[in-house]
Amino acid sequence: MKQEFKIISDLIEKNTRVLDVGCGDGTLMQFLQNKKEIDIRGIEISKENSQKCVSKGLAVIEGDAEKDLSQFPDGSFDFVILSQTLQAFLNPEIVVKELLRVGKKAIVTVPNFGFWKVRLHLLIKGTMPITKNLPDEWYNTPNLHMCTIKDFYKFCHERNIKLDKALALHNEKISSINEANLNIKNLSAELGIFLIER
Amino acid sequence: MFFSHNSFLAKIMNKNLNIKSLLIDKPLKLDCGKTINNFPLAYETYGSLNEKKDNAILVFHALTGDQFISGINPITKKEGWWSYAVGPGKAIDTDKYFVICANVLSGCLGSFGPSNTNKDTNKVYGTTFPIITINDMVNAQHNLLDFFKIEKLFAIMGGSMGGMQVLQFVSNFPDKAKIAIPIACTSSHSAQNIAFNELGRQSIMADVNWLNGDYANQNKNPDKGLSVARMAAHITYLSKNGLQEKFGRKLQERDDLKFSFDADFQIESYLRHQGSVFVDRFDANSYLYITRAMDYFDLSKKYNGNLSKAFGKTKTKFLVISFTSDWLYPTSENKEIVIALNAIGADVAFVEIESDKGHDSFLLDVPEFLNTLKNYINNSYSKN
Repeated sequence: MKQEFKIISDLIEKNTRVLDVGCGDGTLMQFLQNKKEIDIRGIEISKENSQKCVSKGLAVIEGDAEKDLSQFPDGSFDFVILSQTLQAFLNPEIVVKELLRVGKKAIVTVPNFGFWKVRLHLLIKGTMPITKNLPDEWYNTPNLHMCTIKDFYKFCHERNIKLDKALALHNEKISSINEANLNIKNLSAELGIFLIER
Repeated sequence: MFFSHNSFLAKIMNKNLNIKSLLIDKPLKLDCGKTINNFPLAYETYGSLNEKKDNAILVFHALTGDQFISGINPITKKEGWWSYAVGPGKAIDTDKYFVICANVLSGCLGSFGPSNTNKDTNKVYGTTFPIITINDMVNAQHNLLDFFKIEKLFAIMGGSMGGMQVLQFVSNFPDKAKIAIPIACTSSHSAQNIAFNELGRQSIMADVNWLNGDYANQNKNPDKGLSVARMAAHITYLSKNGLQEKFGRKLQERDDLKFSFDADFQIESYLRHQGSVFVDRFDANSYLYITRAMDYFDLSKKYNGNLSKAFGKTKTKFLVISFTSDWLYPTSENKEIVIALNAIGADVAFVEIESDKGHDSFLLDVPEFLNTLKNYINNSYSKN
């Protein structure tokens, strides 16, 4: 199990209703279902992954979160999860707004473009960074809106989005992000995990 | 005696086929206002009901389907209409599940329909038979649960009109099925759907042998009209690409055009064949009644257009499936069902299967569809 999924799971309370946006092949959904006795739904854009999820008996609908989140009523989930997908949307700002409309809380994880290896790659090689978390070339990456931990942190502050928790993940180690260590975490962490609320 | 010697049903019954039938003695109030009593509902079963009675699946058939889902159909001597999906080891595994399918009310394979004889007049009903709705069909079939002493079905499923019955069943009996799988269907017949059905009906009625629906009493049959109705409908079950790939402009057993109205093209010959084999197994008046039932289907009508309300607070787990090339009941209409279910927080899954086989995809060998169906059913059953 990915460390990220364990952290997400720890942020979610038992007996809640959860929506996993961009649920992939349903690994996180199954993990949460078994561990937390939660009522979990998913939405996934890829046909292949949607079929994998449904084959597992999971309540996953094939669809595009950017259009299809609108069908869920306000506050219909206790938690909405968006794992490493925000950067792939045409309009991440609207998606975050939708997450916070549909869910009472949202868990958003972002691959950190401010990570030192990423910065060094661009600085030394002068080409778009390719790392473990960002494996694609510039011309075929699904990531349209890469951001850093600091970018997302600022994004939330500017929109009065409450940051219940901000965590940095590096080499399986978790640490808290706050105003004081933001620049350091922005350099040292590969992934940011944010629990946010309207 | 439910049939005269001339009726379509009589021809089938005279073949001495073993058609299982349940005589429903509970009066059924129809949507049209009439009540029917002591009427037959023909059905077939596959596999066996386990001791806990938790492995029963009720399958609803489409417009021209029947209760013979799998194996050799005793009437047509061909494979049952859902043989790709139902059978030992298949998506709907009859080694594991007890599968029931009934011929719909107003059908022509043993259930109460326009080819039955009216005991009061001793004549075949024809168009004096009451108009039937999807709701009536489903209410009639609910009697099967009492008959088999099944408290709750494990699953209900069906494609096309079968899917409409699935939706209606959950609406009428929200806690009688654990999972529901409506496939390639709609919650309300569109203007285009009604238009195609009307074309079929007018074609039957334009046949001189239809005789205002009285053909069975006068020893006639509107073969031509029914055949054309089938030909027109058949086109709507396929996709443009599918047709083009299979037939293109290929000629039928000839090197060049004959400059006549013969079936020069393979597609013409194919459609004529589809039409002619259909009249041997289907009653024209049943075709009128069943298409009418589909046209009248509009699940949200009772709820002022709010489809979600039709599903109330159902705990049934849904899987909705559509096909990319189905233009008769397109993905958008299937998605409306998903949206309505999401609005009430129902447990719903949805996939659109890639296929160029059109609406008929659900009847054909489409591995992605059959695998998804199989795994979803088995995983849902093991979570009992």
